[in-house]
Amino acid sequence: MLYRENGQFKTTYAADQQIFTITQDKWFVIAVIAFAFIGVPMIADEYMFRAILIPFLILALAALGVNLLVGYCGQITLGAGAFMAVGAYAAYNFQIRIDGMPLIAAVLLGGLTSAGIGIIFGIPSLRVRGLYLAVATLAAQFFCDWAFLRIQWFTNNSSSGSVSISNLQVFGWTIDAPVEKYLFCLVFIVLFALLAKNLTRATMGRQWMAIRDMDVAAEVIGIRPMYAKLSAFAVSSFFVGVAGALWGFVHLGSWEPAAFSVDRSFQLLFMVIIGGMGSIFGSFIGAAFIVILPIFLNQFLPALGSIVGVTISTAAVSHAELIIFGSLIVFFLIVEPHGLARLWAIAKEKLRLWPFPH
Amino acid sequence: MGFFIETLIGGLMAGMLYSLVALGFVLIFKSSGVFNFAQGAMVLFAALAMARFSEWANAALGGDSLLLANVIAFFGAGLAMLFVAWAVERFVLRKLVNQEGATLLMATLGITYILEGVGQTLFGSEIYNIDVGMPKEPVMMFESMFEGGILINKEDFIAALIAAILVGLLTLFFQKTPVGRALRAVADDHQAAQSIGIPLNRIWVIVWLVAGIVALVAGIIWGSKLGVQFSLTTVALRALPVVILGGLTSVPGAIVGGLIIGVGEKLSEVYIGPMVGGGIEIWFAYVLALVFLLFRPQGLFGEKIINRV
Amino acid sequence: MSRKIGDVILDLQNISLRFGGVKALTDISFDIREHEVRAIIGPNGAGKSSMLNVINGVYHPQDGKIMFRGVERKKMEPHLAAKQGISRTFQNIALFKGMSVLDNIMTGRTLKIKSNLLLQALWIGPARNEEIAHRRKVEEIIDFLEIQHIRKTPVGRLPYGLQKRVDLGRALAMEPQILLLDEPMAGMNVEEKQDMCRFILDVNDHFGTTIVLIEHDMGVVMDISDRVVVLDYGKKIGDGLPDEVRASPEVIKAYLGAGH
Repeated sequence: MLYRENGQFKTTYAADQQIFTITQDKWFVIAVIAFAFIGVPMIADEYMFRAILIPFLILALAALGVNLLVGYCGQITLGAGAFMAVGAYAAYNFQIRIDGMPLIAAVLLGGLTSAGIGIIFGIPSLRVRGLYLAVATLAAQFFCDWAFLRIQWFTNNSSSGSVSISNLQVFGWTIDAPVEKYLFCLVFIVLFALLAKNLTRATMGRQWMAIRDMDVAAEVIGIRPMYAKLSAFAVSSFFVGVAGALWGFVHLGSWEPAAFSVDRSFQLLFMVIIGGMGSIFGSFIGAAFIVILPIFLNQFLPALGSIVGVTISTAAVSHAELIIFGSLIVFFLIVEPHGLARLWAIAKEKLRLWPFPH
Repeated sequence: MGFFIETLIGGLMAGMLYSLVALGFVLIFKSSGVFNFAQGAMVLFAALAMARFSEWANAALGGDSLLLANVIAFFGAGLAMLFVAWAVERFVLRKLVNQEGATLLMATLGITYILEGVGQTLFGSEIYNIDVGMPKEPVMMFESMFEGGILINKEDFIAALIAAILVGLLTLFFQKTPVGRALRAVADDHQAAQSIGIPLNRIWVIVWLVAGIVALVAGIIWGSKLGVQFSLTTVALRALPVVILGGLTSVPGAIVGGLIIGVGEKLSEVYIGPMVGGGIEIWFAYVLALVFLLFRPQGLFGEKIINRV
Repeated sequence: MSRKIGDVILDLQNISLRFGGVKALTDISFDIREHEVRAIIGPNGAGKSSMLNVINGVYHPQDGKIMFRGVERKKMEPHLAAKQGISRTFQNIALFKGMSVLDNIMTGRTLKIKSNLLLQALWIGPARNEEIAHRRKVEEIIDFLEIQHIRKTPVGRLPYGLQKRVDLGRALAMEPQILLLDEPMAGMNVEEKQDMCRFILDVNDHFGTTIVLIEHDMGVVMDISDRVVVLDYGKKIGDGLPDEVRASPEVIKAYLGAGH
């Protein structure tokens, strides 16, 4: 009965166009964000930050980027990992080659570089669609894998493509402890989620969705497919690139190209499928799900095994992980193509009517 | 000159194997509109089954007859692929009829993971050997024509031959048999095919089985050459540019595309690679396919897509 | 009718369109005058939809000229046609299924929204004001089409008749000079047809929008159109006032077959 919109009348279009049209939603999200900033740092331990929270935040940002492209604009990409790599290595180069480059600027420039590369690899989307495009994006993946391994300039002449960054500073504040890294990432994620939400409720988002749903009709009402698709590639790659830079700088500290392999691309795509295509909230649930699932299985399966008296090896756990992952993807595609976010929306719909469902 | 031709032939041999994997893609896409990302996982699964069945059969037979053990293993692995085909149809395709291509593609990504997991759980995750008695020694040819002759691996030669025979058989199967005709009908229009009484579900099982057998043959050839291991799944990633180049719906396209990619990879690796630090063969194939796509979005032999409103 | 029919706004001269070896349109010429309701009729497969697709730039005819307000159109893209003020509805409703009615109609305003990506991302100043201004415009269309109650509903969930109305709304949101309607009444019942007729005539009356209409219901066509073009097998076999066309032996033959 608490979740009601009765009596919440909109008297202006501005009020009707705000992000959360239902007051309870707004307060819920504000509470979550406040908890993330204040509550979490008080209760989480170092392991939580390193193994769960920081990867979750950064991958959620990347998944958000992928969702803008796949979920909103309908262009499949299997090369998101490559754009993370571009973001990370570009930010690295800005950081070490330009004296006094501020950390935030380096990260954002990494994202912009990634956006540029994204536009280049988005060009095939103007000619090909769907399955062919998915393969085209793999070209980006393999090319970037190779480039960062073999072209020494990108990695400041390190032999195996491995680079490292240390001493992260923002306005004199050294980001060192896990909780600081967490807060640094959190600020990025909250701001970027807001940007994504704004874009998707403005004309840009409508153009993307129009292209996704019916591209010929979109063109007929004056949407330029080239502009819509390439802007989706650019914005998506920007988000993914920033996430890549954060992944390298903040989460890993030192990394090599394998950190951004094709497996990463698939992982991001799965986050979007499981979380919910075309849902910003879904990107977050998808990321949380995929970050937590392996950790959970690693703990749970051996424990389950010992109860029934079987020792489960780590190899067996990793195989089980593959099977469960695969099954979940198929399950979601069959049962709820809109992912966890849709289940959440349905639950809310029910809650709105509860306890009088008719 | 001799070296160039040697590289060329090496490329053609590798290309023939790509064609074989690509053929699996094309078969499934042609008849069910599914872009089967799991083809690589099917190769791994089939090869693992083959290697382990052969090992077990050999042990059971007391090591007397490797040939018999291999024959048993081949049929065992074939059965395993039949089961895979049935399960995929029963639990995935049937539930996703009339969904968009992209959704089906992602579903096959899921199947990839399941096959990898199940395969390794059942058959183990070590490196296994498949020994079907392929000759390993290289032969010298055309010694009279070029200085130093041309070195060809007999194994590659036989593999290419097997691939060519398989391609021929499949073409016959598609063109001449009633099942092949039904397959082509289904490929054109699911609902129309159903309405004239073609059992869609059974057709899909058959197609996936055929693709599974193709995967098995590819797995045996690659496996006996390089050993059966997880990295076999990357074969699918190597074969993707082939399908793009050749067109998703064209059997000849898969073959020509495979040869072009095989040769292109080898030549680029030998002649361009050293200039830029090597290792370019993986992305070279993709970039080749990509550039090609920009000029001919439907691939070499694919059908032109007309947009209707 | 009190409307004043103006000069020729769109003049199609000797249009021929082929797909491979198939001739969709052969040497077709006719003109469209400002503010009129111009119907294109003909049996199935006569090339009516192809004609619309030529007019709004989806198909590029191999031969012939298209003059828009006296200026010849070179090879053009659909979005350029949209810029000139040509909008359309579709035979098999081509709405954006994943979006709400409101958003669908808002897409019709795309060409009129000027703020850039960055402003939109930040949702500040001009971008925000623009959204509100266009929303107001779209609400007028929603009122006009009497679909207020479904404005937030995803279009995929709507019944056919309402979807057709939303399709019209999206086309109207462009404030078009020429509105192309591809079988706006196909599959509707009598009431729905009456509503649709009323909307079409209202648009024509109030905004002076030129209307090009494909329709199978002869009663409707004869009632609301000013002039009629008849196509058969990609050729023009009649052109004129509704009564003239109805009396033409060739048209009767095309519709009833040679034996009658």
